[in-house]
Amino acid sequence: MTSNMMTVIKKEFTRFFTDKRMVLTTLLMPGLMIYLLYSVMGEGLSSQLENGEFQAKVLVESLPDSIKAMEGQEVPLEFTEASGSQEWEEAKEALADGEGEYHLVACFPENFDELVASYEVSSGQPAPAVEIYYNSSDTKSQSVYTMVTQVLDSYESALANKFDINPGEEGYDLASEEDISAQVFSMMVPMLMMAFLFSGCMAVAPESIAGEKERGTIATLLVTPLKRSHLALGKILSLSVIAILSGLSSFLGTMLSLPKLMGGGEMLKADVYGVKEYGMLLLVILSTVLVIVSVVSIISAFAKNVKEATGWVTPIMIVSMLFGVTSMVESLCKTEPVWFLIPLYNSAQCMNAIFSLNMDVVNIAVTVAANLCYSAIGVVVLTKMFDSEKVMFSK
Amino acid sequence: MKELLQVRDLKKSFKISAKQQKIQKTKEKVKVAVNHLTFTAYQGEVFGLLGSNGAGKTTTLRMMASLITPDEGDVLVDGTSVVKNPNEVRQKIGFLTSELKLEEFFTPNYLFDFFSELHGVDKGTAQKRKQELFDKFQISEFAEVKVGNLSTGMKQKVSLVVSIVHNPDIIIFDEPTNGLDVLTAKVVTDFLLELKSQGKTIVVSTHIFSLIEKICDRVGVIIDGTMVVCDTLEHMTEEKPLEEKFFDIYAERAGEPI
Repeated sequence: MTSNMMTVIKKEFTRFFTDKRMVLTTLLMPGLMIYLLYSVMGEGLSSQLENGEFQAKVLVESLPDSIKAMEGQEVPLEFTEASGSQEWEEAKEALADGEGEYHLVACFPENFDELVASYEVSSGQPAPAVEIYYNSSDTKSQSVYTMVTQVLDSYESALANKFDINPGEEGYDLASEEDISAQVFSMMVPMLMMAFLFSGCMAVAPESIAGEKERGTIATLLVTPLKRSHLALGKILSLSVIAILSGLSSFLGTMLSLPKLMGGGEMLKADVYGVKEYGMLLLVILSTVLVIVSVVSIISAFAKNVKEATGWVTPIMIVSMLFGVTSMVESLCKTEPVWFLIPLYNSAQCMNAIFSLNMDVVNIAVTVAANLCYSAIGVVVLTKMFDSEKVMFSK
Repeated sequence: MKELLQVRDLKKSFKISAKQQKIQKTKEKVKVAVNHLTFTAYQGEVFGLLGSNGAGKTTTLRMMASLITPDEGDVLVDGTSVVKNPNEVRQKIGFLTSELKLEEFFTPNYLFDFFSELHGVDKGTAQKRKQELFDKFQISEFAEVKVGNLSTGMKQKVSLVVSIVHNPDIIIFDEPTNGLDVLTAKVVTDFLLELKSQGKTIVVSTHIFSLIEKICDRVGVIIDGTMVVCDTLEHMTEEKPLEEKFFDIYAERAGEPI
């Protein structure tokens, strides 16, 4: 009669994999959308930060030689001296309207270089003032403003240079590329993975259980010799496989696009993890999905319809995401095995440890074993629910 | 004749929620749906359960099919207790009710194979039976059409076929012709007669008098969960047509003419 369980699993797979809409929305879209979203966001952020994409044009009144000399050196700045006050005022008005060719208009005191050279900080006199006008509602103007203030700050520091910190270009950060990648991934991915796995379960479990109950098709199964335990196990296993595939789709999308989102590009690479890490991760994910599917299935069996099931599951999804956030807070990251008996928290912590390359095999073993136990309890509860006419036929 | 189906002192009550109490304008917290019902169906006969809506027919059939558990009493299906061995009972019976729906995403072809597997029918036998039943009910040309795209009549035919994939000896049908057009209803009625001629034991619940008159050997009249009359059709219709007889019984029970 174990074959009946396989029959249920086959049916669930047929239902899912032959439905193009389900495959598209549950398997392909999450990974693809995350990849596209993160990549586009990363590109957008990078383009704002990168300097070489456009020539920043600044109109300056009384342009000092020292400032003119900086033109085109480290940053793509192009300074134009205003022919007179009128041109400068017109450019300022145009900038205020978000128009005109200049991203910034600046006004230096006449003889700026001499004034700066003769200025004594201890004199108590006001320092030579530079006025820089920009339009914060214009992204480019805002960027150029940041760029120019940084250049002037550097120039100001250079004038009173007494010592240098890290004068060389690199080699001071002792963390390896692997460490940096591991740190970023361990901060971000556990929380995202918990959300992805839960979303995968939510996409299929309420529809498969509450949906069948709502449509009356589960009663058709209950009048066959199919054992309730086989029905419960068949549902949980098949839904888990689908949820894992959905979670993996999102995981793949995240791992491929997260470096782009973080602006790391070359620096962040998912290949810092080896077969051992991915193997352990898969074990944790498998056991986690079994727990989540069990919980969602039980709730779905209680619910009268899909809508009600989704409503009840949502708060639990939020709780699971909060467990995911614990990986970002060091004080909440426990290492004693007893903490790894807490469902969902244990999964988030294990993922955190795996991604930060500090995994503890004992804690992972405790997590997997505990999750399998919770899933087994889930199967028993679901079996009882399938056997309960009050639960199955409540209107 | 062999007593293939023995319904013994069956009782089932349901709690009435506060909302239902308001709708039904009652203060009763419990409704007795089936009240100590007893009857027997013999091998090869068609037994009809006749009653108005809410009389307890469907609840009785659901208990017989092991879908719900009786509060008291038992049903013996070919000697097997529904209470003690529900799974064994499920292997012996075919059950069809309007409450049981088919997944609309699947085709009749897939569903037949699926339910055959659940009933443990070997592939060869299942294929042969599928061909035979699909031809009989003209399902063959719709075999690969999703159930959701079929007409109501065709859906009912598929439900009927799927409920008897394992060729059971005992068949329980709840309102088998309800909501069907006259042509489909005739196909179903003829099929029930054919099953009867094959020696199957059939229990049918209905409120359609003509169906009872056409196919049943014996009839049980249920009013408010109680079996008030249980007799052969021949004996019941000796003096009056079934319809008139039923209303007489009903009026007698209610204490006033209908």
